Amino acid sequence: MVGKTVRITSDQVNISLEGSVPVEVRLPTVLRQHASGRSSVSASGSTVGEVLQDLVQTFPSMAGQVVTPDGTLHKFVNVYRNDDDVRYLERLDTKVSDTDVITILPAVAGGTGPARR
Amino acid sequence: MLRLPVEVYTAVVGHCLGGLPDEACGLLGGDPAGTEVAICYPTRNAAASARTYTVDPQDHLRADRDAESRGLEIVGVFHSHTHTDPYPSATDVAQAPDPTWHYVIVSLRDESPTLRSYRIVDGKIDEEQVGREDR
Repeated sequence: MVGKTVRITSDQVNISLEGSVPVEVRLPTVLRQHASGRSSVSASGSTVGEVLQDLVQTFPSMAGQVVTPDGTLHKFVNVYRNDDDVRYLERLDTKVSDTDVITILPAVAGGTGPARR
Repeated sequence: MLRLPVEVYTAVVGHCLGGLPDEACGLLGGDPAGTEVAICYPTRNAAASARTYTVDPQDHLRADRDAESRGLEIVGVFHSHTHTDPYPSATDVAQAPDPTWHYVIVSLRDESPTLRSYRIVDGKIDEEQVGREDR
């Protein structure tokens, strides 16, 4: 490939970016330290998983705090698309549009005995 | 120091009593820069257990939005211990989500409820004074 020009058509570009939109991501206090104290940031993707991946690319110190290394939603956070907990939608595959707001909140649990989670 | 207006204190303890025989839980709203709780958000215990609690995620989202609409934030969580001291369990410490929060525990073991508040930072528990105040 060295020395060769690779031409990428606009159709190919459109395919790779299809569905990726910027959305507002609202952060809990415990994650704001990784985003210069901001309570709300913008990240892009076509699914919740892609948005969270973009979030971590922008703020690498959030790695492992929202999504586990094996690519599943961390059990210590709840993620919402607008009013809905994504665990009851399609989890990280939940689609997003540019009018959606993604909210991350800590999962709050405890008690006297062993937790079930 | 955590200052609880009487109506907040009453709402917290009342919700804990109303949740028996299960543990009850809820969230506390206030100004994060201050020490006073402005509002109590009773939530459902999604674990529905006498030994564990999980703040219902939908109730949490509602509380978070309401607090924000009032210019406040969620500054703490409360839950009941139905048969033990008002002291954080290993489970409470392991799952404490935010080092800036107040962790209020209401023991219902004795005839009169006992309320205590703690800070939990990096697994270290520090009890804080609770002031019950008229507004």
